[in-house]
Amino acid sequence: MAGAASRTTNPLLLALIAAVAAFVVSARRTSAPWSRSLVVFFRLGVVVILVRVVIQIVFGNRLPGHVLFTLPQVPLPSWAAGVSIGGPVTAEAIIQAAVDGLRLAVVLICFGAANSLASPYRLLRCLPAVLYEAGVAVTVSLAFAPEVVMAIAGVRDARRLRGRPTRGIAGLRGMAIPVLESALDRSLQLASSMDARGYGRRVTVTRATRRIAGASTTTGLLLVVAGVYGILDSGSLPAGGVPFLAIGALLVALGMAASGRRTNRTRYRPDPWATPEWIVTASGAVVVASLVAASMLGIHGLQLQVYPLAFPALPLLPAAGILVGLVPAVAAPAPRRPTSPRMGGTVPALAPPAIEVGQGTVA
Amino acid sequence: MITFSDVTFAYTDEDHPTLRRVNLSIDEGELCLVIGQTGSGKTTLLRAINGLVPHFTGGHLSGEVTVAGRSTREFPPRELADVVGVVGQNPAASFVTDTVEDELAYTMENLAIAPTVMRRRVEDALDLLGLHELRDRPLSTLSGGQQQRVAIGAVLTASPRVLVLDEPTSALDPAAAEEVLSSLTRLVHDVGMTVVLAEHRLERVIHFADRVVLVPGRGEHLVVGSTAEIMATSPVVPPIVELARLAEWSPVPLTVRDARRLAEPLRRRVATAPRPAPSGRVEHRDRPVATVERLLVTYGDVIALGQVDLAFSPGEVVAVMGRNGSGKSTLLTQLAGVRAPTGGRVRILDQSPVDLPPRRLIRLVGMVPQDAGVLLYGESVDDECSTADRETGLVPGTTAAMLDAVLPGLPPDHHPRDLSEGQRLALALAIVLAPRPPVVLLDEPTRGLDYPSKERLVATLRKLSADGVCVVLATHDVELVAQVATRAVVLAEGEVVSDGVAREVVCHSPVFAPQVAKVLSPEPWLTVDEVRTALATGADRG
Repeated sequence: MAGAASRTTNPLLLALIAAVAAFVVSARRTSAPWSRSLVVFFRLGVVVILVRVVIQIVFGNRLPGHVLFTLPQVPLPSWAAGVSIGGPVTAEAIIQAAVDGLRLAVVLICFGAANSLASPYRLLRCLPAVLYEAGVAVTVSLAFAPEVVMAIAGVRDARRLRGRPTRGIAGLRGMAIPVLESALDRSLQLASSMDARGYGRRVTVTRATRRIAGASTTTGLLLVVAGVYGILDSGSLPAGGVPFLAIGALLVALGMAASGRRTNRTRYRPDPWATPEWIVTASGAVVVASLVAASMLGIHGLQLQVYPLAFPALPLLPAAGILVGLVPAVAAPAPRRPTSPRMGGTVPALAPPAIEVGQGTVA
Repeated sequence: MITFSDVTFAYTDEDHPTLRRVNLSIDEGELCLVIGQTGSGKTTLLRAINGLVPHFTGGHLSGEVTVAGRSTREFPPRELADVVGVVGQNPAASFVTDTVEDELAYTMENLAIAPTVMRRRVEDALDLLGLHELRDRPLSTLSGGQQQRVAIGAVLTASPRVLVLDEPTSALDPAAAEEVLSSLTRLVHDVGMTVVLAEHRLERVIHFADRVVLVPGRGEHLVVGSTAEIMATSPVVPPIVELARLAEWSPVPLTVRDARRLAEPLRRRVATAPRPAPSGRVEHRDRPVATVERLLVTYGDVIALGQVDLAFSPGEVVAVMGRNGSGKSTLLTQLAGVRAPTGGRVRILDQSPVDLPPRRLIRLVGMVPQDAGVLLYGESVDDECSTADRETGLVPGTTAAMLDAVLPGLPPDHHPRDLSEGQRLALALAIVLAPRPPVVLLDEPTRGLDYPSKERLVATLRKLSADGVCVVLATHDVELVAQVATRAVVLAEGEVVSDGVAREVVCHSPVFAPQVAKVLSPEPWLTVDEVRTALATGADRG
């Protein structure tokens, strides 16, 4: 979905994407603490749009068109030719900026949706063995964010009890150090706990295996990145990026298989990858595909036209494609109620996040 | 099972070794209790068992520690994970994953245990520790006792042969502590596990222990012996042993049951003595210094406090008790004006604390939170005191003088982080008391405190009460309540379930009754000191 969002500037399509993401989340979220993060991302999105518009008003390049008002212009030296401060502000410029901001906001919201459906820890468990350590680093840092929020709340309370300012610059400065201190403390404790609980036990492997594994993984990842770039930025690579992606993925898989033997660990109740997961993955792919197809077919309305200034039309094919994104709301298994007894090995609402985040990285 | 041979350990930046020439051997299936004052090296000793000391902490260790035949010299902590399970002081800080079940499986995943075996062991651990109803819950939503049990379960699933626990009950209410300790004894008796346990609240654990290791601190030699031997001579003893020493019982009883059998003559002697006077001043009942009216606080859809009405008078020492999560801390933060109430109102001297600017607030109400260290950000004790004076507009030296009254002789150049738990509490308390607020709030003040620090705290609180300050304590520590509280308020699920004279409230509750009261019931004596006075006055008469 985020991948789709980055390909269009039509505000109607963008709004549709955000709505679909929000609906899926509300249909399939659990009561876990992270499932409330979507609201935060929505707010963040609004901030992004506002910031983008303000920047456009003050610094943006001057687009011709309907002048709304004029700011006093600040003359800049010649080396800053591309930048201007102040000057006439046109409706076109503002709309363009707002839609740009909206695009970024929708990408963020898609991330937020993924975040509120998936526990970062469960995501980690879907990673192949070789990426385990990188995954641990990522999840520990993800888990870190809420810890910091809690630490900030704690420090604020403490400062109030000491009769110190909790707002403004002075408050901020006094809070940074204790928050960092507690964060460091927490990470040290976590590290010692992980060590004491057997994290990082290894079996020995030959040097040659290790080298082959490393080389093929690195090359593969580079190719994947190139391929993804090719797909998202149509026209930068002649072959369109798909072959790069394929070869890269193959190499990465080989590398992982080789180095996966290094870490000796097992999985507790791995999440099965069954039909619902495939459906969810496919529906996500359809969303991206519909937008890619639309742009290849040259359907109008994907990009917002500010000349002439008009209300955008809703192109049918991409809109239908995006609506396919609603499928996970029904197809994904319903989340377990936290206290209910578990029946067999069914999967909770993991499926949508797997795909959402997959696309998120693409974006 | 565990042997320390000639172990000496010093942290890198310290001149004196924390442990000096320790020789100790702990047999299989033993429950060994490690006691000593704060900062004496208990935690260091425990962490040396699985090699976290020195592999993780740095410092120099000479001699050798072996566990199940493996030396920590050759095996780092991760390679010992299958024989030693360590549960730290703060279970929440040790969680690696996010839900109960995943946390229980984490160590096994690292040990590459087959999935079918893992599944079975997780189920076993859930049953053994009574966690099956919590299996899918996110760890952050658990109460303290539940977290502690999960932390124990998480190391148990790897089926270690040794379990090391550092103050497993310090954060727990009496009932939850009982729960954790009985799971531990079950492990020792049914599975034959070796358990090493450090704890300050001896009254909770002493009767479970087979052997006691007394760490005197400052690198002095350890004293090791059977529980009864150590209790006969130890400087740190639970109230029941103190009572036994007073009454000259031999052998020293360790359980309330044993003590009651011996206590018959003592009960008859104190029965004739005058009843202990109702402590505390009650004359200002009609002019409360702080009130809460129909106070309602909710977090999301959880009701933390529901329609609570309370009034606090000057000179009262009010103990707020109740289970973990019953709303004690919430009540305190409301009184301190840290959070706005969802409904109802809080008044301190006719002002609403939450609306006051911080500077005026601290002259009205002072609060020491659970972790006193969060109040301290200075570089040194001196710096902390002078900053406090400056910020609150007090005459320079006021806070330092207050600190001298609370705990004399605190090294002025030490960093607050290097102080012991008791010293940090004293410093935080001095800072809070310096502006002389009429209401002082303390949240779990005795957590992690050794007996001497606790004595000092009790003395300070009594003095405050005599000066007409209203003190409100949220605490699980029934012995502290017995010593200082004039009034006890018991909360359950955000509601007041009993409110009255501390002596009556605690004596009538099997959970909150202190040891002395249990031994001497139906006689209403709460502390050894009271019994001592009673016996003295009784003797005068006789």
